[in-house]
Amino acid sequence: MSAVLEVSGLVKRFGGLVATDHVTLDVQAGEIHALIGPNGAGKSTLINQLSGEIAPDAGTIRLLGRDVTHEPAHARVRLGLGRTFQVTSLLDECTVSESVALAVQAHAGGNLKLWDRAANRTPVRTRTEALLAGTALEPRAAMRAADLSHGERKQLELVMALALEPKLMLLDEPMAGLGHVESGEMIEVLRGLRARAGVLLVEHDMDAVFALADRISVLVYGQIVASGSVEEIRENPEVRAAYLGGEDELC
Amino acid sequence: MILIIEQILNGLQYGVMLFLLAAGLTLIFGIMGVINLAHGSLYMVGAYAGTWFAALTGSFWLGLPAALIAAALAGAALELLVIRRLYHRSHLDQVLATFAIILIANESITLLFGRQPVFTLLPEAFSGSVELLPGLFYPAYRLLIIVAGLLVALGLSLLITRTRIGMLVRAGATNREMVRVMGVDIRMLYTAVFGLGALLAGLAGYLTGPISAVQVGMGEHILLPAFVVVVIGGTGSIRGAFVAGITLGVIDTCLRAFLPDLLNLMMPVAQADALGLGISSMGIYLLMAIVLLIRPKGLFPVGAT
Amino acid sequence: MRQPVAILLALVVLAVLPTLAAWAGSPATVPLATRILIYGIAAASLNFALGYGGMISFGHAAFFGIGGYVVAILFTHWFNEAPIFGLIPGTNQLLITLPLAIVVSGLFAAAIGALSLRTGGVQFIMITLAFAQMLFFLFVSLKAYGGEDGLSMRRPDAFLGLNLRDRPTMYYLTLVITVLFFAGLRRLVRSSFGTVLDGIRQNERRMEALGIATYRHKLFAFILSGMGVGMAGALMANAMRYVSPDMMHWSRSGELMIMVILGGTGTLLGPLYGAAALLLLETWLAGWTEHWSLGEGLVLLAVVMFSRGGLIALLRRRT
Ligand SMILES: Nc1ncnc2c1ncn2[C@@H]1O[C@H](COP(=O)(O)OP(=O)(O)OP(=O)(O)O)[C@@H](O)[C@H]1O
Ligand SMILES: [Mg+2]
Repeated sequence: MSAVLEVSGLVKRFGGLVATDHVTLDVQAGEIHALIGPNGAGKSTLINQLSGEIAPDAGTIRLLGRDVTHEPAHARVRLGLGRTFQVTSLLDECTVSESVALAVQAHAGGNLKLWDRAANRTPVRTRTEALLAGTALEPRAAMRAADLSHGERKQLELVMALALEPKLMLLDEPMAGLGHVESGEMIEVLRGLRARAGVLLVEHDMDAVFALADRISVLVYGQIVASGSVEEIRENPEVRAAYLGGEDELC
Repeated sequence: MILIIEQILNGLQYGVMLFLLAAGLTLIFGIMGVINLAHGSLYMVGAYAGTWFAALTGSFWLGLPAALIAAALAGAALELLVIRRLYHRSHLDQVLATFAIILIANESITLLFGRQPVFTLLPEAFSGSVELLPGLFYPAYRLLIIVAGLLVALGLSLLITRTRIGMLVRAGATNREMVRVMGVDIRMLYTAVFGLGALLAGLAGYLTGPISAVQVGMGEHILLPAFVVVVIGGTGSIRGAFVAGITLGVIDTCLRAFLPDLLNLMMPVAQADALGLGISSMGIYLLMAIVLLIRPKGLFPVGAT
Repeated sequence: MRQPVAILLALVVLAVLPTLAAWAGSPATVPLATRILIYGIAAASLNFALGYGGMISFGHAAFFGIGGYVVAILFTHWFNEAPIFGLIPGTNQLLITLPLAIVVSGLFAAAIGALSLRTGGVQFIMITLAFAQMLFFLFVSLKAYGGEDGLSMRRPDAFLGLNLRDRPTMYYLTLVITVLFFAGLRRLVRSSFGTVLDGIRQNERRMEALGIATYRHKLFAFILSGMGVGMAGALMANAMRYVSPDMMHWSRSGELMIMVILGGTGTLLGPLYGAAALLLLETWLAGWTEHWSLGEGLVLLAVVMFSRGGLIALLRRRT
């Protein structure tokens, strides 16, 4: 296996608060690496540094072996990073198929073409249809993103990220707010993802984490306090004490 | 040397004027999120109303309350009728609606008072000069403006830091939602802040009367520099408005006073005058561009959003 | 009515307008229509940045002035047979001056945009205004080119032996350019770039996450927009045979924004309607009272406060 993401010694401070405290972790190709931790532990802050939205104060980030610590967000995407947002961030005026088509087009390139017809780009259209085919979004293709349900919005984000054919996926709570059935579907989708990309999965839903993860790291107050296989984390007394408590679910 | 001190004092006086306008603008923007291009119109309304009443009664001091009342009333009307509907609109709508107000205000004043500039009479007691340093005579009235401006600045800073209203204002500038959540009657706060801004604008307008002509369009002349002050100081920051206002006032005045002479060392008079004037008019805008490029939120940024 | 039919009809009316005007004995109509078309181009160009790209520029009049001054300055140097800096000869050939005006405005837009786009929100509005003011005062102080008084052109530029001094001829030239311009703009809006720009306007963060270098794309749109306004300025210089710093005044930028809003932001033809509405309103009010800007202010205020989506939305609702 090869590492698609290597993070070492990452630090981020917000004033006095150390939101990311010397975090070192990696994600291998074909692996789902789950990152869990209580609210405010700094999970989203970490994801946003990995994606390039926030600049870290110290440490390095390597993507597919390349140092991208100082690269802007879009350059990292070009290298093979895809992400979803904890609070969905979509193009509300676009329909589902327009949104996906835009993602496909962004990935295919030619975004500075002034004289073509975007709607007539056949490769883009075919790929868009292929991406939507068989998903729960297919019947919603002509609906505006703003009018979708919460679960559908989460799914659309995922499809848009997949359109970029990423080698590394950063998923910030893809299950949050989903109903039981939707969660089940999402778990299946994510399982299928493993073959295509390495995944860093931030998730509060422990059932999903235990079902999917190859490895789990636990983040508390910005620090990785434990890291290991599902079994190791399940049994780790520190983790249990720290916050698994008696319950299965946290937050 | 005396010349330089004199120009610095002139700059201080202009800076104080800029501050009086910028203080209102920055509060209105910081708290309500409204870009109010019509602020200059309130300045003009104050100047005209005060001057008119002073001429009627023959007393500069009676003109002052008239200016304040007129500006405050105009401000209240503006807030109730227009601004109130703009809080949740885009900046674009705000810019255009208040731009329309400028057209309306200018033309209404023209209808009432004509296009000829009018002059406010100087108060008797302040018509002379004061010898500040040996050989440095400075008009007493200009000193009055500087002192009045500094007192207002002091009063405002006390208001902002020491009172409940001020606390709300500060909270509102950092986090609008929070004030709303705190259950404060936000409308009252908005109207109060807008009225205060209008009052300051009216004061500035009237005080400037005896120095420069009171005429239609005077508001726009000072509006853009005042906006530059707001942006450089950091939107929502009274302290920023004060520092930037005084600094810009001095820089602008000194550029205008000395640049043509400096250029004259290198080129003929006529050209030097034109170029000097052009460059000094550009000065504050250039300064703003530079500040924004280094600090995109201005010198004293207030909280986020 | 179907849209293509309506547009065809409008084109026919525009094509016979000079004849109609001559027949109705109203010679002022033709130059007014020319001005409307030119402002329509300028407003639509601004709308490309403002409505399609979400960049609220308060300084686009600068490009209008730059375009105009390029034409007038080249003409003056040609007329006086005095090369610029003793090097570059002036010219009165529209086929040279018009493209040059577009390129020079594009360069200015590149410089101004590159700096301004590093900020956002109210700071962006103000910094674009600041740059326009700087150019305004620069031209005020350039005594060699007339300073405050501006620069007159003895004749319009030469173009294929046409007499552009003849008002209908100038009108027809403008009309042809306008039609080509809007056809091109329509194509641009629907291109791959146009689609990406629309995405950036809606959600810049999302587009970054799709791998789009948003700054670069916005800058590109800003430059194209400036070029369009510059072209309009060059046409205006020819139509009026006069340029002045007034073309760059901040209230001119405001007027262009008004035209966009009046017609409908982010619509193709809206700004053209907006330009027509504003100029017709001005002309009508001015013929009626000297205090016409009072009426203009009231109408504008009402439009901003009570209509959403401008004239275009109004028309759509009716049909
Ligand atoms: N821009 C910011 N400025 C200051 N503090 C911030 C900022 N962003 C996050 N924080 C703080 O950093 C800490 C980590 O926040 P973060 O959103 O990363 O947590 P999280 O683990 O994603 O929590 P959740 O499970 O609720 O999503 C929190 O205490 C938060 O308040
Ligand atoms: Mg989070």
